[in-house]
Amino acid sequence: MNIELAQVSRWYGNVVAVNDVTMTIGPGVTGLLGPNGAGKSTLLHMMAGFLAPSGGTVTMDGTKIWKNHHIYKNIGLVPEREGVYGFLTGWQFVLSAARLHGLPDPVEAARKALATVEMEEPKDRRVETYSKGMRQRVKVAAALVHDPPVLLLDEPFNGMDPRQRLHLMDLIRSMGTAGKTILFSSHILEEVERVAQQIEVLVAGRHAASGNFREIRRLMTDRPHLFRIRSSDDRKLAAALMLDSSAGGVSLGAGGLEVQAVEFRRFARLLPRVARAEGIRLHEVSPADEDLESVFAYLINRSA
Amino acid sequence: MNSVVAGITYRALLGRRRIFLLLLLPLALIGLAVMLRVFGGDDPRSAELLMAKFAIGTMLPLLGLIAGTGVIAPEIDDGTIIHLMSKPISRPAIAQTKFLVAASLLAVFAAVPTYFAAWLLVGNEDGLAAGFALGALVAGIAYAAVFLLLGILTRHAVTIGIIYALLWETLVGSFVPGAQKFSIQQWALTIADQLSGTPFLTANVTLGFAVPALIIVTLGAVLWAGQRLRVFTLTGDE
Repeated sequence: MNIELAQVSRWYGNVVAVNDVTMTIGPGVTGLLGPNGAGKSTLLHMMAGFLAPSGGTVTMDGTKIWKNHHIYKNIGLVPEREGVYGFLTGWQFVLSAARLHGLPDPVEAARKALATVEMEEPKDRRVETYSKGMRQRVKVAAALVHDPPVLLLDEPFNGMDPRQRLHLMDLIRSMGTAGKTILFSSHILEEVERVAQQIEVLVAGRHAASGNFREIRRLMTDRPHLFRIRSSDDRKLAAALMLDSSAGGVSLGAGGLEVQAVEFRRFARLLPRVARAEGIRLHEVSPADEDLESVFAYLINRSA
Repeated sequence: MNSVVAGITYRALLGRRRIFLLLLLPLALIGLAVMLRVFGGDDPRSAELLMAKFAIGTMLPLLGLIAGTGVIAPEIDDGTIIHLMSKPISRPAIAQTKFLVAASLLAVFAAVPTYFAAWLLVGNEDGLAAGFALGALVAGIAYAAVFLLLGILTRHAVTIGIIYALLWETLVGSFVPGAQKFSIQQWALTIADQLSGTPFLTANVTLGFAVPALIIVTLGAVLWAGQRLRVFTLTGDE
């Protein structure tokens, strides 16, 4: 099944949270990547029928999602907020989901869903005694109980320990391979890269990039990088670096040298070579803009 | 009516300390009735006063607030409502179920204690106990609907509800003649008056107004609540 977004916008008063986004989420695993505040949750809520688009349409195989409770036969939703009744046991929670779906054999469906997320052993404990990762898994089980063709997960790996994370990643991957349409949001590139075949990047409410992880990774490494360098002779190093085309600009300050590298790979090889040839000792080489925000800022400028 | 939704709602309201909130006021009412009886105040006049001022005038709107908002507002607050709403169940059906749960709680925790307290004081004399119990039951149903709607409309349901219950129902409803027509409490008293033969109770609103008003308010609030749930919107943390 496909989820189609056509020129979708969402604003709150004067604030635009999602700006003219058009994308189709098809079978397989899609990662919705973007920094916090990029509008990922807003977009996901519109796909899940919990928010009306201000403009454009959100549909599932041509059916409107907003104000249509029938879509939940085909959608499993794992919201970001806890949203689990603490006074129920894990078993009761998942079983209630199966019953709310009106499944013919709710007990068997709940048992299967809990087995899928490896939560059989603590299933008779109250949810309020669970760790964050366990709650997350129970939520996933409740979302999977009716075996939906579409699964939406909002920041599913948050708060999970590494082992649980790997397990959920495997689970998501295998469901994607089995032909389910899965979308999950994350602000961590590595997470998205490991699970998703398709990556949609959202920055400041805009659809900044789209592609498989190789394409997105290339976009991110090929962008200009800014390095901060301290060495035994900054001025001499600056002069030597500027001779190569991979260095776009150099500025000399009290704190050291800042170099704008146009070609990341080439510059990475160039720097140690030049330093050795000139007899300069490098004290510190640090990327000045390695945080995701600047990567995203670059993407948004590129797409604008 | 959805039995799973009802089951979870009952557990949320009764399973924890919240049940003491529901028990506190009816126990106070019965306690007052016992005291009146022990100290010789068990005449129809004081029975009527206790019923009208405390049972219908104070306890009922407050219990209505606790039960009516309690069936939905905490779930909206902590996001657990998503569990119910992300299922192929119509949202109006969820609202109706929540309403029925709140109404049934008010029948048990308000109407029954009202009957029992009045009975303690005057037995079945003049139909006083039955009259007030019926009044409490119908008004309780209306409060359940109104406060359920309030719990969906605003996150400040409890604050607004308390102001409404105390200011409008207790003060304005009792003292401002024109406003009495639009007070659930007065409608309850009209019904109580109709059933009981006591000379001390005189209703300010006619039965011909109170009954349709109760029906319209109850149905209107439940329908509106359902429509509001249909457009329920999640606002992200971002």
